[in-house]
Amino acid sequence: MADVKTDPIERPEFERPSVGKANTADVARPLSTLEKVANIDPVRKFTVLLTAIVAWELYTRVAKVPPLIFPTFSDTIVALWKGFTEYGLASQIWASVGILLAGYVIGLAIGAALSFIAVSSRFGSDILGTLTSMLNPLPAVALLPLAMIWFGLGAKSLIFVLLHSIVWPVALNTHTGFMSVAEPLRMVGRNYGLRNIRYVVKLLVPAAFPSILAGMKLGWAFAWRTLIAAELVFGAASEGGGLGWFIFASRNEMDIPGAFAGLLTVILIGFFVENVIFRNIEQGTLVRWGMQSS
Amino acid sequence: MPQTTNGAAPAGAAPAVAPILEVEGVTLQYKTKEHLITATYRVDFKVYPADRFVLLGPSGCGKSTLLKGVAGFMRPVEGEMRLKGRRIEEPGPDRVMVFQEFDQLLPWKTVRQNITFALRNGGRCSRESDADEIAMNYIRKVKLNGFENTYPHMLSGGMKQRVAIARGMAMEPDILLMDEPFASLDALTRRQMQEELLQLWDDTRFTVLFVTHSIEEALLVGNRILVLSPHPGQVKAELNTHMHSHANAGSPEFIALQTRIHNMLFADRVLEE
Repeated sequence: MADVKTDPIERPEFERPSVGKANTADVARPLSTLEKVANIDPVRKFTVLLTAIVAWELYTRVAKVPPLIFPTFSDTIVALWKGFTEYGLASQIWASVGILLAGYVIGLAIGAALSFIAVSSRFGSDILGTLTSMLNPLPAVALLPLAMIWFGLGAKSLIFVLLHSIVWPVALNTHTGFMSVAEPLRMVGRNYGLRNIRYVVKLLVPAAFPSILAGMKLGWAFAWRTLIAAELVFGAASEGGGLGWFIFASRNEMDIPGAFAGLLTVILIGFFVENVIFRNIEQGTLVRWGMQSS
Repeated sequence: MPQTTNGAAPAGAAPAVAPILEVEGVTLQYKTKEHLITATYRVDFKVYPADRFVLLGPSGCGKSTLLKGVAGFMRPVEGEMRLKGRRIEEPGPDRVMVFQEFDQLLPWKTVRQNITFALRNGGRCSRESDADEIAMNYIRKVKLNGFENTYPHMLSGGMKQRVAIARGMAMEPDILLMDEPFASLDALTRRQMQEELLQLWDDTRFTVLFVTHSIEEALLVGNRILVLSPHPGQVKAELNTHMHSHANAGSPEFIALQTRIHNMLFADRVLEE
């Protein structure tokens, strides 16, 4: 290679006095309808959902799976309907969601307070770091037996357990978000006179919002699972109630389609919160601000 | 001018006008994980009204650190910095900083909101409508009208820097601090931005302290250059460059000065070799 030194070939120069219109239709060709539909996120997700449902129905029918083991999708829907009309499923859902919301709001407040303390000083940051690494791996349901002794059989115990599953992910993510705010942005905030609480609220929180929202989503998912699991042990209130309890009670009565209907409700609510509520928050904030691609 | 008693009288044939910024014997240090770094050592300079004062030096000469010191983000371990005779203690909206990084804009605010955010929090406007008016005025100045409701992520690098400059100028600070504001831009945009900055300066005659490592940019943008040597930053020279602009870039005098500064900065290195 180094033996022969190749010289570049000298070619004549040229310059075009005017560049004509590009003779191609593809400068900005509109996408076809199919391509556009395939770009809509909910459409793609519902296709997946629909495929899963069809596979479920077909498998249980063709393989003649006993309904006591695995009921068909249509049986589950019938049981769901019956649940709403005969067994008061709506009020069970409300009992669960009410407790969840209460726990969620309190949990967010505590998480926010903890991350504020953590961002104010290095000692605060050490406190949060140590607490989180100690308590975050502890499954929330494991606290339930103790919670029942401390707070009795009722909403208080459930909320306590929920708090445990919300506070740590929220505080941890918020703090991580605060720490990763770019240095120029921090300096801009201080340059324009933001200090203390105003600095946190007006600069750090919006700048760290991607991370904060991720923590909120994580907290929600942990809390929802924890709640259903806890309700399986005892109802939403002392007399029994809540979605977890509905599933447990249905199984006890060998109403397997009913238990499936309960599970389906748990999934649907989770799906709704994730793909409708959080999705809309993301679209209105992170996507709009260019902090996350759609 | 609230305070005219400026301690020691300026030495030599200094102008009769009081300086806006005085930096006297400033040594700045910062800590990394393992070292205590002396960024600048006993640096002196004075910036007068309507100066386009450039801090020029290779990387490691502490020019950015010096700018952070003036902005109030760092305290000198030795010496003093005064703005209009008052000692600089902490960051404040009377010294606005424009950074090199594009992420100095708040991504959750539109172009206009970025400027009104500064005006409202910096205490220049208490009413949103006043802030809006000033913001629009400066948006027109940097030729971004039509983009006032756009979020920063939709803008090109040059446009983002224009927003940052408009935001800084809208505050009408005593001194505008620019930390290599055009260093992340492509060469064509950089040149355009330099010209636009000079035009803006010609309109409003603000005072600017401009940091760069490009000798060419220093000659084009500045009217006076402080040349700093590296490790730690010490004053090597203070030169007048008001006679140079884009119009005479490439002329023999321009190149001669460029070479002179180049030799000044790299003489030590040549001797070592």
